[in-house]
Amino acid sequence: MSAVAPPAPPAAPRRSARDSSASWRWTDRLGLAFAWALGLLFLTVTAAIVLYMFVQGIRYVRPELFVTHPAAGVSEKASGGFLDPLLGTVIVALMAMVIAFPIGLGVGVWLSEYGNPSWLARLTESTIEMLAGSPSIVFALFGTLIFDQGALAFLSRTNDGVVYGRSFFAAAAMLSLIALPLIVANVREGLQAIPGHVREASYAVGKTRIATTRRVLLPAARPSVVTGAMLGVGRIIGDTSIIVVLLGATLRFNGANSIPLLGTLSGTGSTLTTFVYENAPTGEINQPEKAFAAGFVLLLMVLALNFAVDIAARRGRRWR
Amino acid sequence: MSMTEIPSPPPVRRLPLVGAEAQVVEPVEQPTIAMPAVNGGGANRIAPPSFASAPRRRIDSSPLAIDRMQVEDLSIAYGSKLAVDSVSLPIRQGEVLALIGPSGCGKTTLLRSLNRLTELTKTASMRGRILLDGEDIATLEPTALRRRVTMVFQQPNPFPMSVFDNVAYVLREQASRRPRKAALQGAVRSALERAGLYDEVAGDLSHPALRLSGGQQQRLCIARALAADPEVLLLDEPCSALDPQSTQVIEKLIVQLREQVAVVIVTHNLQQAYRIADRVAFMYLGELVEHGPAEQVFGSPRAERTREYVGGGFG
Repeated sequence: MSAVAPPAPPAAPRRSARDSSASWRWTDRLGLAFAWALGLLFLTVTAAIVLYMFVQGIRYVRPELFVTHPAAGVSEKASGGFLDPLLGTVIVALMAMVIAFPIGLGVGVWLSEYGNPSWLARLTESTIEMLAGSPSIVFALFGTLIFDQGALAFLSRTNDGVVYGRSFFAAAAMLSLIALPLIVANVREGLQAIPGHVREASYAVGKTRIATTRRVLLPAARPSVVTGAMLGVGRIIGDTSIIVVLLGATLRFNGANSIPLLGTLSGTGSTLTTFVYENAPTGEINQPEKAFAAGFVLLLMVLALNFAVDIAARRGRRWR
Repeated sequence: MSMTEIPSPPPVRRLPLVGAEAQVVEPVEQPTIAMPAVNGGGANRIAPPSFASAPRRRIDSSPLAIDRMQVEDLSIAYGSKLAVDSVSLPIRQGEVLALIGPSGCGKTTLLRSLNRLTELTKTASMRGRILLDGEDIATLEPTALRRRVTMVFQQPNPFPMSVFDNVAYVLREQASRRPRKAALQGAVRSALERAGLYDEVAGDLSHPALRLSGGQQQRLCIARALAADPEVLLLDEPCSALDPQSTQVIEKLIVQLREQVAVVIVTHNLQQAYRIADRVAFMYLGELVEHGPAEQVFGSPRAERTREYVGGGFG
C-alpha cells in the first residue's frame, strides 16, 4: 500500500542577516557598520603587509642568498647572503625549545592534573602570566646579568677574565622564557578540555595518575601540545631584542673558541630578525634588498608555522 | 488512575546459571511471589508495583553464590554531610545486586567506595570497613584493588583511541607499552567477546572508539572492565544514557556475567532492577533500608519506605 506522500511543507523563508537587520535600531546598525569598517580596515592592512613583503621578497630573494655567508660590504652585491642568520634562527629555535618544551609540558601537566598544594599552583600560574606579559627586552637585560657571572663563563667568550655573556646559550635560555607561557597555557588548556570521566575511567581500571596522563590524557591533548609548541617557536624566531642583546647580532658566527660545536654555540651570531634590523634602511648596514629578502623568508616561516598550528588544532576536536 | 492500567512489563530475561540445571535444587521458597494481602493494611496501604506480579522464572542461585565482598558498618561523609550511613551488605558472585533508591540516597557513593574511587574526592571521609575475599580493601594498593573491582560508569567513557587500544590499555602494566599488540590479540578478543561486542567490531579493531554508537561504547567500557579479570564488576546506571535496544543488550549481558563476577548495579529504573537483579538493596537518605531477594523487596517489602518507593509513592 502506498500512501500519497503529504505535500512537502513550504520551505521556510530564509532570513539573511540583511533582512533581519531591517528592524534594527539605528545605533545597532551604526555599530554593525563600524564593525564591518574596522574589520575591512585590518584585513586591508594585513593583506597590504603580506602582499608588499611577497612582492619585495620575490623580487630580491636569490637562491644563492641562502648559501652565502654575510659579508661586510657597501653594496648589495658585495654584502653576501644570509646563511648565518638563517642557521642562527634555526639553532636558536631548537635550543630554546629544548629548554622550554619539557619545562612547559611538565608545568602544564602539573597545573592541570596535580596542582597541589594549591598555593603553589596559584603562584606558578601568576608567575607564568607575568612571564607572558613581560617585554622580551627585560629578559634580555636579565640575561646579561646572569650570563656575565664568572660561574657561567664557559657558556660564552671570555677575555682577560671579563665574561662577555653573549652566546647562543644565553640567548636560547632567555628565549625559552618567552615560549614557556604559550606552551604551558596550551598544554593546560588541552588537558582541561578532556572530560573528568575519562580520567575516572582510567583510575577505575587501576591506572595511576602518571600512567593515565602518559597514555590517555597527553595523547588526547596532543593537538594542543603541538599548537603550544609551534606558537612558542613562532615567538622565538620572531624575537629581536634578546638576539641583539644576548647573541650580539654579529654579521657571522663568531665562535668563542675552536671546539667545533661548543665553540660556535658559546660564540656570537645573528638571526633573520636581527639581520633584517641591521639591513633595514634605518639600520647600520642599510641594504634594503637583503632586508626584504630575509624578511620574506622569515614571514614564510611564520606563515608555515601558523598553517601547521591550524592543521594540528583541526585534527583533534574530539571532545564534543 | 489505578495501578492496574499500567501495561504489563516486558518479558523477564533471565538465563539459568551454568550448572544450575545439573544440580537438583529443591526450591526453598515458594515459586510464586507472595503478594501482600490487599485488604490487610487498610485503605491507605500502597500496592506493590504492577510489574512485581509479572511471571518470573525463579532461579535459585544460592548454591552457586560465593561471598566476594562484605561491607561492614560503612559510613561515608563528604565534609560534614553524611552520604552513606552505617551500611552492611554482602556482595556475592553468581548474583546481580541492584542498589536502588531516590537520587542522592548514597547508592553511587556506596558503589564508588567499593573500589575506593571515593578517595578521589578530597572531602570524602570513611568509617567502617569493606572486605574483599576476607582482606580489608583499605590495606590494598588502590591500583591493585581497582583491577580486582572494576567499574562502568553512567556515561559511556571510552578512551580516545582505537577499540583495540581501549582494551589493551587495561591489559598492560600502568604506562607500559608491553606486551605488544600481537601478544594481546587473544586477550582483547576474549574481553570483547565476553562483553558481547566482538562480532560487531571484529572487522576493524582499529576503529576509533568514540565513533561507535552509545550502546557499543558502553559495551566497550564493559569489555574494558572485564579485561582486568575482576572479581567484582560495578555498574553505575550503565543504561541510563542508552536507548531501549542497547539497554536490552546490556541487561542480557549483565545477567550472563554474574556467573563470572559479582555484579553490583546502581539503577534508577525499578523495572530494570526487577528484570536483572537477584538481590536488591534499597537505600534512602544514606541508610540501607532493606535488602533481600528481588522478589521479596518488590513483592513484599518489609519496610514501609520500600513499599512506598517501589510502589511509586515517592522518588
